[in-house]
Amino acid sequence: METSSACLVLEGVSRHFGGLKAVDNVNLTLQPGERHALIGPNGAGKTTLFNVISGELRADAGTITLNGADVTRLAAHQRAARGIARTFQITKLFPNLTVIENMLVACEALDRRRFTMHRPLSSCADLVERATNLLDEYRLSPFRRELARNLSYGDQRKLEVALSMAGRPRVLLLDEPMAGLSSGERDVMQALLRQLDPSIAVLLIEHDIDVAFGFAERITVLYQGRVLTEGPKEMVSANRSVQESYLGLLVE
Amino acid sequence: MKAVPFVAVILVMLIAGPPFLASYWVGLLTQMLIFALLAMSLDVLLGYTGLPSLGHAGFFGVAAYAVAVLSTTYHAGFWTCVMSGILIGTLLSTLLGLLVSHVRDVYFLMITLASGMVLWGLSYRWIPVTGGDNGISGIPRLDAHAGLPFAGPVAFYYVTLLVFVVSASLLALLVSSPFGFTLRGIRENELRMKSLGFNTWLHCWVSYIIAGAFASVSGVVWAYYNGFVSPTYLDLTASSELFLMVTLGGPGTLVGPVIGAGAIVLLKNVISAYTQRWPLILGTFYIITMFGAPQGLWNLGRRRRASS
Repeated sequence: METSSACLVLEGVSRHFGGLKAVDNVNLTLQPGERHALIGPNGAGKTTLFNVISGELRADAGTITLNGADVTRLAAHQRAARGIARTFQITKLFPNLTVIENMLVACEALDRRRFTMHRPLSSCADLVERATNLLDEYRLSPFRRELARNLSYGDQRKLEVALSMAGRPRVLLLDEPMAGLSSGERDVMQALLRQLDPSIAVLLIEHDIDVAFGFAERITVLYQGRVLTEGPKEMVSANRSVQESYLGLLVE
Repeated sequence: MKAVPFVAVILVMLIAGPPFLASYWVGLLTQMLIFALLAMSLDVLLGYTGLPSLGHAGFFGVAAYAVAVLSTTYHAGFWTCVMSGILIGTLLSTLLGLLVSHVRDVYFLMITLASGMVLWGLSYRWIPVTGGDNGISGIPRLDAHAGLPFAGPVAFYYVTLLVFVVSASLLALLVSSPFGFTLRGIRENELRMKSLGFNTWLHCWVSYIIAGAFASVSGVVWAYYNGFVSPTYLDLTASSELFLMVTLGGPGTLVGPVIGAGAIVLLKNVISAYTQRWPLILGTFYIITMFGAPQGLWNLGRRRRASS
């Protein structure tokens, strides 16, 4: 596979906790605009892999290359500045700020004005405009003055994704954005995910096989920290070991 | 924004009232303003950034000691004393901040508590400079030292009010600024802030420096108000009392700490005139407030207004 144009390349990435190899020698490549799903049973290491990619955890071995630059040793905020954004499996918002304030904080993250102290944030017209547009895009505008903690769970999940898009990322990591949503809310979320900027690479963790296969063209199956198989979805769904170890388990 | 009419009314009273009050009450109001500024500076850390500092009286005390030492031992001029007080306090918070802004929660609490104890120990034991337990008396009066044409408690009150209003305005601007909102973001969810691209310890450090700077300003005013400094102004009791002012009044707001400081200074002075057991009454008052208004008095009022 061609790696020179790739926006995210993982080579031999490992992370262990004591004797447990949570992520074990993982190779993964994301091309710009790629839609890639990461599936695997509970405890397979999917979220740990996300944490290693986004920088919340350091890799014990291997290298992570983002847009051609080695980011293996960079902290999470430095990787964010280089174009990685993520959502969290357990919603991480600013619960006691209003929805528009949540968005404004996200929008100023990669802006020089984050250290500005001599004028109100609300007077930064372009930041307010960008935050407002994002809220429109994610259909959260009616709640802009609500505290984030008062939103319905479905709207909180939408805000979770909207926050991660504020920094105009090149690589987006989505950690189970559908988890816990009602079927109506899932449809809305799936529609939002389909509308994501086609030029950014998206890596999605998803337990629902139909959702994962409907969203992504490439699939990586993780099992006990290792990549069981990786490839176009037709190939992965035909793979017997995947059927036995994972798909089969779910069908039962 | 709901705070605006309330603040306006209070401000008019603070400006117009004192000439009609007995000098005892003018002095009490002056104390309230000094501690209100100090409590607001702590709230930048405690309420806005979510960093519970238990050593904040240290900066207040160090600035006050700087004024005391310079004005008595070295006979330094007014502006030298004022600027040195603020500068030394701020420098100290810059250095300590480097250390403490890497830790969170109870660890932050413990390390700030320890640093406050060290400063208290210095004031208590570095006798050649600080006078130890006796403190330093004989700080010149503000009007004499600054060459003001007016003297007396009312004049001092208005100087304090000016410092308070200017500082409070700067703090109000700070907390509504882009930087101020990054502090709230860290309080609400630091992990999310990091993944958005914020170098959060740097923001915590700056927040600590700013809090130390405003605490130093209040320490300088206190030195001139009191004319005397001693280790009791920077011990753990002073820091925890300050902590109570913020939590009682309403952390994460600027009006809250002012209410808290006003209430505690008032209770301390009024009740202590009647009984020596005033800490008992203060403690009871605090417990009742925590049950009735766990988010502080000011936030209780706000919730009532919002629901009506």
